[in-house]
Amino acid sequence: MRSETLIWAAVAAIFAFLFIPIVVIVLYAFSAAPIPAWPITGFALHWFGDTWNDDAVRQALVLSLEVASVATIAAMLLGTLAAMAVARMQSAAKEVVSFIAVLPIALPGILTGMALAAYFAFWGVNLSYWTIVAGHATFCVVIVYNNVVARLRRMPRSLTEASADLGADAFRTFRLIQLPMMASAIGAGALLAFALSFDEVIVTTFTAGAQNTLPLWIFGAIRLGQQLPEVNVVVFAIILFTAIPVLLAQKLIGDSGKVVR
Amino acid sequence: MNLKKALSAFGWRRPGMANAALLGLPALWFAGLYLAAIGALLITSFWTVDDLSGNLIPGFSLTNFQQLLATPVYTRIALRTVGIAAAVTITDVILAWPVAYAMIRLADQRLRAVMMAAVMVPLWSSYLARVYAWRVILAHNGLLNWALMEIGLPRAHIGYSNWAMWIVFSYLWLPFMILPVAASVERIPPSLLEASSDLGARGFATFRRVMLPMALPGMVAGAIFTFSLTLGDYVTPMLVGGRGSDFIGNVVYSNVGVTNNIPFAAAYAVLPLGVMAVFLLIARKLGAFDAL
Repeated sequence: MRSETLIWAAVAAIFAFLFIPIVVIVLYAFSAAPIPAWPITGFALHWFGDTWNDDAVRQALVLSLEVASVATIAAMLLGTLAAMAVARMQSAAKEVVSFIAVLPIALPGILTGMALAAYFAFWGVNLSYWTIVAGHATFCVVIVYNNVVARLRRMPRSLTEASADLGADAFRTFRLIQLPMMASAIGAGALLAFALSFDEVIVTTFTAGAQNTLPLWIFGAIRLGQQLPEVNVVVFAIILFTAIPVLLAQKLIGDSGKVVR
Repeated sequence: MNLKKALSAFGWRRPGMANAALLGLPALWFAGLYLAAIGALLITSFWTVDDLSGNLIPGFSLTNFQQLLATPVYTRIALRTVGIAAAVTITDVILAWPVAYAMIRLADQRLRAVMMAAVMVPLWSSYLARVYAWRVILAHNGLLNWALMEIGLPRAHIGYSNWAMWIVFSYLWLPFMILPVAASVERIPPSLLEASSDLGARGFATFRRVMLPMALPGMVAGAIFTFSLTLGDYVTPMLVGGRGSDFIGNVVYSNVGVTNNIPFAAAYAVLPLGVMAVFLLIARKLGAFDAL
């Protein structure tokens, strides 16, 4: 019994460690002071309005949303296809494909960024919106792939076989059996991929030219120590808005996927 | 309609072709962009840059690697990067265990779901936000020093140091360790733990001799993330590390962004690639890929 109490005490301390920084940064968004210091001496809301009216922040936000949307769509398509192929494959080929698929998140970010920078330089491709999207899609694929592969592993093969026995061709089986069973896993993967893309900075620095995504704007502002109250507000908003898709994704992963009709 | 039927029948008779059709697009993307980019990195690491014009000179030259080996500061930076990555990994293993154990073995269904969500939210919430939070907390007039003074202790000078990087990296990647460890603890059949205690092992002996070895793949899977993410970072060193706390990533970053010496940056980036290649091979042997 005593050791259980000790474990719970440790768990409480670790969760405090995980959440205190998040609470602190949320509080600073409401701080009146132009420079973050503790304790917070006064509260104000006007930084929210100032941030909303800042053109640089707005442009960065729009670019980030655009990049994340396109990268997520690409990742949904590529990740689902790869997961379906892997689910059908024999062990040796399966291992190779699943190994390559996780590389973009298993290898250090600086490597992915640097490799893409070298690649684009190699071909003389100018950095643009599309080079950012290409980089993001590459690591977002893994997120969708992982979710769908996990779902397919739990999905009995007999269902697709039964569908074929009842006369459905592969496309019909896909539409009526496989897609509905995978849908919530694809959705969860897409939400997480979006969150990842929206927040990415390590690779993006290497694939963005003159454009600023929101994380690049934040990074620049913190580094130069400028517009810190606006940074507080942006960061608060990001925490708030990423928590929603993440919790939603959690729900979708738990949902085992229903077969309609 | 008939075409669909014909295609389906063909795919059924030749499953290899059906697999190829499914895999075609993703394979093209990965081979054409990602793997080719890693290839380009390796090739350009042997190139040089013309000092006067700044143009890339293709070819095969070991100049970049010679320069890296001959300059002590680059060795020091590499050792610091790998050292902190290792320290962070060990710290996260230690911190992940109580949470994983409590979540799987002690908590009821409902509490487990809450704890799971409490691990997922920091995992996915903004990386920059969390680094920035620590920069503010550890700063000279931040929360940490305020708390220390309140309880009558002297100020700590942790901000902008290697200690700060160790704390912040351990913080950032902890959820990546908790999840695979918890998943592998969940896979240990409770009957094994009962058998162990029936045979006279006390709680800790059961943990050390049954749970720990059986959860090894989970720990290695988590270590892939904690190690690799630390190895490939340059933002955290810039924001919470001080002077003289550069990582490999910082050298790569400044060589691409500031001096525009892509070949030299590529050569230095080959090092984390090599380290991770060895790491991943060992991880595969230990069965970590099934625990990812």
